[in-house]
Amino acid sequence: MALVLSEEQRFLQDTAREFFQQQSPVSALRQLRDTRDAKGYDGDVWQQIVELGWNGMIFPEELGGLDFGFMGLGAVLEQAGHTLNSSPLLDSVVLAGSVVLLAGNDQQRRELIPALIEGRLRIALALDEDSHHNPATTALRASPRDNNYELNGQKRYVANGGNAEHLIVVARTSGEPGDQAGLSLFLVSANDIQKQASTRIDSRNCANLTFDQVTVSENALLGSAGGAFPVLDQALDRARICVSAEMLGSAQELLDRTVAYLKERNQFGVPIGSFQALQHRAAIMFAELELARSTVMAALEALDSKEATTEEVATLASLAKAKVGEVCQLISNEAIQLHGGIGVTDELEIGFFLKRLRVAEQSFGNTGFHRSRFATLNGY
Amino acid sequence: MDKHQEFRQQVRQWLRDNCPVSMRTPAAEDEQIWGGRHIEFQSREQQQWFERMRDKGWFAPDWPIEYGGGGLDRKQAAILNQEMTRLQCRPPQLNLGIWMLGPVLLEFGSEAQKQEHLPRMARGEIRWCQGFSEPNAGSDLAGLQMKAESDGDDYIVNGAKIWTSYANKSDWIYALVRTDPKAAKHDGISLLLIDMTSPGIEAKPIELISGESHFCEVFFENVRVPKANLVGEVNGGWSVAKRLMQHERAAIANFGGESESPYVLHQLAKEYIGEHQGRIADPVIRDQVVSIDINEKAFALTLRRTMEEAKQGAGNGAATSIFKYCSTEQQKQKGELLLKILGNRALGWEGDDYSDQELAITRDWLQSKTLSIGGGTSEIQLNIIAKRVLGLPA
Ligand SMILES: Cc1cc2nc3c(=O)[nH]c(=O)nc-3n(C[C@H](O)[C@H](O)[C@H](O)COP(=O)(O)OP(=O)(O)OC[C@H]3O[C@@H](n4cnc5c(N)ncnc54)[C@H](O)[C@@H]3O)c2cc1C
Repeated sequence: MALVLSEEQRFLQDTAREFFQQQSPVSALRQLRDTRDAKGYDGDVWQQIVELGWNGMIFPEELGGLDFGFMGLGAVLEQAGHTLNSSPLLDSVVLAGSVVLLAGNDQQRRELIPALIEGRLRIALALDEDSHHNPATTALRASPRDNNYELNGQKRYVANGGNAEHLIVVARTSGEPGDQAGLSLFLVSANDIQKQASTRIDSRNCANLTFDQVTVSENALLGSAGGAFPVLDQALDRARICVSAEMLGSAQELLDRTVAYLKERNQFGVPIGSFQALQHRAAIMFAELELARSTVMAALEALDSKEATTEEVATLASLAKAKVGEVCQLISNEAIQLHGGIGVTDELEIGFFLKRLRVAEQSFGNTGFHRSRFATLNGY
Repeated sequence: MDKHQEFRQQVRQWLRDNCPVSMRTPAAEDEQIWGGRHIEFQSREQQQWFERMRDKGWFAPDWPIEYGGGGLDRKQAAILNQEMTRLQCRPPQLNLGIWMLGPVLLEFGSEAQKQEHLPRMARGEIRWCQGFSEPNAGSDLAGLQMKAESDGDDYIVNGAKIWTSYANKSDWIYALVRTDPKAAKHDGISLLLIDMTSPGIEAKPIELISGESHFCEVFFENVRVPKANLVGEVNGGWSVAKRLMQHERAAIANFGGESESPYVLHQLAKEYIGEHQGRIADPVIRDQVVSIDINEKAFALTLRRTMEEAKQGAGNGAATSIFKYCSTEQQKQKGELLLKILGNRALGWEGDDYSDQELAITRDWLQSKTLSIGGGTSEIQLNIIAKRVLGLPA
């Protein structure tokens, strides 16, 4: 194990780089936005991703996966971040798939995971209810009724919530909002749920869901009633680390584009990159990005490691998400400023990165959430 | 078990058996041992630890055995380092020669120079200092003016050096001198090894804000130095110096490594500010502790990543250019946070009112200001990243 890609993983990274550059440049996202595509991703590109096998990378072979590991997946997602590719890979396959893998029983796994890998099924995790991610504050109630449960409450900002066939709903079967204990996971068909699409700055698909006396059978439970928090958090840590890899790619792209602009734009008869005030800002971005990169690599490595404990993974997930979030903030703001007037136009693609990065930063816990979690995990 | 795992176990056992328990705590500034002619041990254990490591050749673990080193490969040397950190072993001695001059002599020195200097360095018998900066040549080092004029088999050296760390306690100095005043500024410089006992040298200590006086101004008046003491080519000193400064930056970055600092911020914060349900009571301080911890961790991981990249021949090593800048700036921030955490307890200069640790924190905070200046300032580091790594125009 190392914080460096193996030869095989580097090869995969090259394939991914070429694929996203050709099939899914930022201009494709612009087109999805301008046509107000309801899915928020390109179905043909998604089909190709399925065929490339990237969906199976983190799943065991007996469930149709490749068991290739998170380092490899991270390399793919980083490249997706370079071109802002949008697809169900992270939310549906990695996150919801991990919930099924970690919380579900054998039958549920065998039914759902191969379908996710083959692209036959999309599952959205319905978790957040409020302006900030914080799983323990879940209020949506699941009350036992005979052999069923009745769900009442709201879910908001559910990524892919508008087009997924299934939902995994995080609900409270006991306790009060704020308690980690008392959370349960239900697999629910999306058909029965009232949905309201919500348009966000990154042009991806997202929905608010209302549960009004929705009845689900107790067979819909994933894992034990009331004990979902630890597995949910474990699955979320995978998503936190993977989205950090994606963000890293976007930040790297922004830095590359900004440095290129510093070399080509002339003012006062010289390239603006010869001004030391700007050189130092670029150098600081570079340094910060290198630090952030190491945290992502370490977190991916820990996910693949047999020795790393859940708590070690959690600490590294929060380290990575917090550091990457901070660095993305810096680089996205500097990228705009150093481009001058053109930087704030819709014509330039820099703004697409800014918008996506802010959504990614909020996803699965923002920088503040993870800084506090990092402290708690370290005993303070 | 592969060969390195086996080595790790042997080293671990050897350190357990040979590193005295009293040498397994962080050393205060006045407990550090610098090798050299005037070495003074404060305890028997200190001396034992010094001698045992010396006899293993582990002052310079990765140098060839014929020059007094330990003959370890890079990986083994890294393992030794990790195991020492694990057991919290103090460095048995500190020595500028080993960190900076030695590697350069191995690369550029004549066989006679290697034979003369390396074994004595590796045994901790000679203390070296670095004579680069001059009153008018700091960041712009190549503007240096100290002259070395040819006179038969010798050079006659005249001029002054400044900020020379521990010049008053050193046995030898490696100095950059101007051997061709007419050449372009980078092309007339040479690296010269000078015995500090030569007639005509005077070192005057300069006091620092921390109350220490670890550096000096050094005056050279008609000092005679054999020509055999010139390292590399005559007038080729600049490229030797550049290589030497790379080693210097790496060494400075290492001092700032996570393991070296004896202060655990969150423990001190709980102690001085209080605790509420297991958290540091003041949420602002808690968040600031997180900042330092996250950056220290990210930095340590970056050191590891670049080492692994180098080993695999992957990556381009660009990340090494950030080491000095990041680690020294982080150290300064940590010093400032310690000050906030201790409040008035960190403002004592001396006296019984304050614990030893409190006084040490205050002095370390002041000392941390030097880190981003010595060995190439932070601004110079950023210049280097901008130009060499990002390729921004001059
Ligand atoms: C604790 C300590 C130990 C030292 N030990 C030694 C030693 O053992 N041997 C030795 O030879 N030297 C030593 N030095 C000297 C050190 O290398 C110099 O202090 C350093 O290179 C800066 O030079 P200066 O002090 O002349 O500052 P200056 O070069 O005058 O710098 C003043 C300010 O201007 C900035 N600046 C200068 N040039 C530029 C530029 N091109 N772009 C942007 N900003 C710039 C600097 O960053 C700094 O902020 C030591 C210094 C310290 C603090």
